[in-house]
Amino acid sequence: MSDKKPTPEELFSTIDYKASEKDWSKPHIKFKVGTYNHSGVPKNVEYLELPNARKWQPSDDDWQLPDNWKEIIIDGIKERLDKFRSLKIFMDICVRCGACSDKCHFFIGSGDPKNMPVVRAELLRSIYRNDFTTAGKILGRIAGARELTLDVLKEWFYYFYQCTQCRRCSLFCPYGIDTAEITILVRELLNLVGVNIDWVITPVANSFRTGNHLGIQPHGFADSIEFAVDELEELTGVKVEAPINRKGAEVLFVSPSADYFGTPHYYTLLGYLALFHEVGLDYTWSTFASEGGNFGSFVSHDLMKSLNMKIYAEAKRLGVKWIIGGECGHMWRVLHQYMDTINGPADFLEVPVSPITGTKFDFAKSTKMIHICEFTADLIKNNKIKLDKSRNDHWKITFHDSCNPARAMGLIDEPRFIINSTCNNFYEMPENTIKEQTFCCGSGAGLGTEENLEMRLRGGLPRANAVNFVHEKHGVNLLACICAIDKATLPPLMEYWVPGVEVAGVHEFVGNALIMKGENERKVDLRGEPIGEPEPELEEKQ
Amino acid sequence: MNILISAAALLILILLVIVGIEAAGLEYFFGVFIPYMAVVIFLSGIIFKLIGWARSPVPFRIPTIAGQQKSLGWIKSSKLDSPATILGVVGRMVLEVLLFRSLFRNTKYETKPGQKLVYGSAKFLWIAALIFHWSFLIIILRHLRYISEPIPSLVPLLQNLDGFFQVGVPELFITNILIVVSLAFLFMRRTADPKNRYLSLTADYFPLLLILAIAITGIMMRYFTKVDIAGIKTFAMGLVSFKPVVPESINVIFYIHLFLVSSLLVYFSFSKLLHMVGVFLSPTRNLSNNNRSVRHVNPWDKPVRIHTYEEYEDEFRDKMKAAGLPLEKE
Ligand code: SF4
Ligand code: SF4
Repeated sequence: MSDKKPTPEELFSTIDYKASEKDWSKPHIKFKVGTYNHSGVPKNVEYLELPNARKWQPSDDDWQLPDNWKEIIIDGIKERLDKFRSLKIFMDICVRCGACSDKCHFFIGSGDPKNMPVVRAELLRSIYRNDFTTAGKILGRIAGARELTLDVLKEWFYYFYQCTQCRRCSLFCPYGIDTAEITILVRELLNLVGVNIDWVITPVANSFRTGNHLGIQPHGFADSIEFAVDELEELTGVKVEAPINRKGAEVLFVSPSADYFGTPHYYTLLGYLALFHEVGLDYTWSTFASEGGNFGSFVSHDLMKSLNMKIYAEAKRLGVKWIIGGECGHMWRVLHQYMDTINGPADFLEVPVSPITGTKFDFAKSTKMIHICEFTADLIKNNKIKLDKSRNDHWKITFHDSCNPARAMGLIDEPRFIINSTCNNFYEMPENTIKEQTFCCGSGAGLGTEENLEMRLRGGLPRANAVNFVHEKHGVNLLACICAIDKATLPPLMEYWVPGVEVAGVHEFVGNALIMKGENERKVDLRGEPIGEPEPELEEKQ
Repeated sequence: MNILISAAALLILILLVIVGIEAAGLEYFFGVFIPYMAVVIFLSGIIFKLIGWARSPVPFRIPTIAGQQKSLGWIKSSKLDSPATILGVVGRMVLEVLLFRSLFRNTKYETKPGQKLVYGSAKFLWIAALIFHWSFLIIILRHLRYISEPIPSLVPLLQNLDGFFQVGVPELFITNILIVVSLAFLFMRRTADPKNRYLSLTADYFPLLLILAIAITGIMMRYFTKVDIAGIKTFAMGLVSFKPVVPESINVIFYIHLFLVSSLLVYFSFSKLLHMVGVFLSPTRNLSNNNRSVRHVNPWDKPVRIHTYEEYEDEFRDKMKAAGLPLEKE
């Protein structure tokens, strides 16, 4: 953010829904600091063999595009129209009813009319009309067509990197027009001429090389898992096994890499480790597939595929029978809706069966991969683990449905069941802000950077506002979620809009409540905070 | 601006007919040639578009899910909003197409003092859209009586229902009022709200005005300007039996009505009106949420550049060894 961070009151007061600008067809982007992301580092663009690696920034006047950039983009649109029926349909049938217009968190938080999903899509649609439709060719402006210019391209960059591919708009559209789909495709187009952001390019390059987006090398991975094992022993008195790259294990476990490197993700990791140990799961981690999150999916179907491929490849190499995936949002969009298509069929694996409960996870009989919440919910339902809910009594919890588990999978009741089985104080946010109608954290799809903070705080406003509602009404002090991006970006969001609310993964509660064989009496939770009393730090803040 | 252009375009269309009929005596042109041409363009346009859409494959199964998935047996799944079966998808589509289910979900939010956002349901768009589309459909079906002999029994049934209140002579059809009111509302909401005004194009106002003009000319013929119904029926029957005759007695207002309908048909496949057909092909609505149990095949799937485990181990072998991690090659 620029010099001085505006206070929440100031930021809120700048939101203006009057759409004072009258005509959106003439682009003029001011790259205001705090509302856009830096460009991809040339070294990593090159490493990924993507076109037009160079030093540039979005705020530059000259973007150093190839001479024939327009041709490249128009050909790119043509190719994608031929490959994606979704794109053709979405370009042709929007009636501009406006049902989607105020459903986007970026519009709600910024008031910028181009952040209405329909207008975001129109930014591309107007070019489509101009070059691919009869009406547009003949009637031009009157038919809502406009020519592709550098300003249009800059506008694409600005607004298609102000979409977190959350698909909330698609839910409300009478034809299901999915701006996320359009965003992915426009980002593909931008990549064709070397226009990209670093918080996608560098994580993708890292994932490609080291298996995870943070670029953690195998020994570093082993270290952090080992560290977590020691820490868990200190907290519980139980020494758990956490095998890595072990051939012949029954299950491969893949989680987002932030789980073993970020906070509060880390407490979720401790929860996984405790749980797997307690039920005696025969599993392994992998350093090669040490990332479930797929930054490729934010920019291109090809990069998504090339990163996702590691999971099945590693399952095959290690000879496991099936796979469990950790808490992550976009990761599960890819695993649920794409993986089987892009890198399947996984015919070398077996239909997942819980070795503890015997439950056959038929709904994953083709991908052979289940969500950790499905695994745990099944354990709890079958009384296979002992839980002491009171160990989470210091938390008053609400649950944020991450966009993709909600709107791409329908994983809605599983995490709630786990929370209700491990905690005593659970409060839902207002119904228009949860489950399938959930609001995005505002920082997904590569937008979670420091330099983009103002936009993130704006985009996260609707979510934060709903949290504030339960915070004021019930004294909620913990926002639970099942997504690595959430865990990274909700804490600053809460700190800004709703101070006094912490963020945690669902398996942190499991780890807290889990009564382990041979454990010491638990005086502290996985965070090392005293159990059973409100967090002292929180009280200070209030 | 957008509104002006739309209104001007409509006016030109109307003037064309008036001049054509009154001054140039082009009854045959406007009564026979144009309607035939319009129907041909309408049908071929839709077919052309459908083929175009169908040519592009659906590489990924990307339904937008609106309810609990089918997972563990004891968790109740949402059969319509997260359909795991074809039947569920059919149900979802039927509700979408006939009752505009997604639009029903519509909310609006307001900002309240103290930096609060409040969400409430917003059903007006849904109600107006539903009323408009259903009225339009019923009115079109009622018109079957002009182009069929004997008249299908559905028509009098609809007429009776529609004229249920039995007011006025000729009796007043409810749909006639509803369509005008709903169109007026749909038009107004575009102009009244700054958001909607911002996102509306000429192509949004024009069809509203065009259909409104069609409705009004129709209503005028029925209730105000007396037209020769028998003559029109003879004429319409002639058209559909491909033996066109143009009776002298037909009023110009009928030609305006007919020409605007023809314009709508021509306009259809070059415009957003295609949503009527396209909605059936929307991949976020017409696919089931069975992604993990049934594999979806992408017909253009192609290999991409990958980084294999061997390459990975080659790069990190020493470090892996030092960390005690198992290796493929020592
Ligand atoms: S809801 Fe759908 S049809 Fe309506 S404006 Fe938005 S994208 Fe277009
Ligand atoms: S996908 Fe989400 S972020 Fe993108 S336009 Fe739709 S509502 Fe906004």
